[in-house]
Amino acid sequence: MSKTHGILLVSHVPAIADGLKELLSQVAADVTIISAGGTDENEIGTSFDKISQGLESFEEERVLAFYDLGSAKMNLEMAMEVATKKVTLYDTAFVESAYTAASLLQADAPIDMIEEQVNALKVK
Amino acid sequence: MIKVETAKKWLDLFIEQLLENKVYLSELDTAIGDGDHGNNMARGATALKEKLAEKEYDNLTDLLKDTGMVMVSKVGGASGPLYGSAFIEMAKAAKNDEQVALADLLQAGLDGIQKRGKAAQGEKTMVDEWIPVIEDVQNNQLTTEKVDEYVEKTKPIKATKGRASYLGERSIGHIDPGAASSGLLFKTMLKAGVADE
Ligand SMILES: Nc1ncnc2c1ncn2[C@@H]1O[C@H](COP(=O)(O)OP(=O)(O)O)[C@@H](O)[C@H]1O
Ligand SMILES: [Mg+2]
Repeated sequence: MSKTHGILLVSHVPAIADGLKELLSQVAADVTIISAGGTDENEIGTSFDKISQGLESFEEERVLAFYDLGSAKMNLEMAMEVATKKVTLYDTAFVESAYTAASLLQADAPIDMIEEQVNALKVK
Repeated sequence: MIKVETAKKWLDLFIEQLLENKVYLSELDTAIGDGDHGNNMARGATALKEKLAEKEYDNLTDLLKDTGMVMVSKVGGASGPLYGSAFIEMAKAAKNDEQVALADLLQAGLDGIQKRGKAAQGEKTMVDEWIPVIEDVQNNQLTTEKVDEYVEKTKPIKATKGRASYLGERSIGHIDPGAASSGLLFKTMLKAGVADE
């Protein structure tokens, strides 16, 4: 753990969450990025359990969470209600905002600056 | 007062109906969504059947809570957290008041759905089924025909929540799948005699 915040990526499709993680890791090697894509059976959908486990596996106490479509948000919010981490959820463009957050965390930018840039990408 | 045996019968019938209507519910979801609502609910129903067979329930709260937890974990789609929240909130209502009236129990469920999904009436979701049904339960005038009528009434609505909202105007003219599965919930509720107690 070398950063204050980790990044959680929730998508309906495992390959989307994993692929986005790959994209982000290339510019943010020191940021912990965890993907939670698909249902428990890796089918299309999202999983409360996968998201909860994802959140708990961060060493960081604070997590920035990004998601693709509406129902991912519902499972994410349920998981946040029982999580021991401090999680901030963003209703922002999934790829662009996660990429922004990852790059800025890697560059040790202050969190308010990161939030401001990420929130500018609000789409939902 | 709602007896736990009656509620158990209700859930057994609901499970049966979800399995029987799997293809139909997915067909409805194919028209305005991603075609998985029937599969999602059937996956939940199968898991719930196993769960409920594990033990004898002696109170409504545990029965409703376990049902909610299974829905959250097993259903997969948006309907998972939504039905899950509904049953978990109903469990809480039953815990706070052992004599809870059916209308109040269902209202707690609806509050759970709306807290989770932020949908108001008229957005073409299951909320459009729950609201008029609860009103009828309150006035002791819910019938199977009315349950079906409210499902049908979601047809002309333009979706502004859920996946169907991405279709905009094109969502008009189709029944909302979540309203249809909720219709099954309420018809089995009538059949089990929950409303008569
Ligand atoms: N925000 C919401 N509030 C209430 N109900 C919703 C919401 N989003 C979706 N639904 C309901 O969920 C149903 C779709 O469930 P399902 O197909 O299982 O999930 P998904 O949309 O993730 O594929 C819709 O028909 C609608 O009734
Ligand atoms: Mg669907």
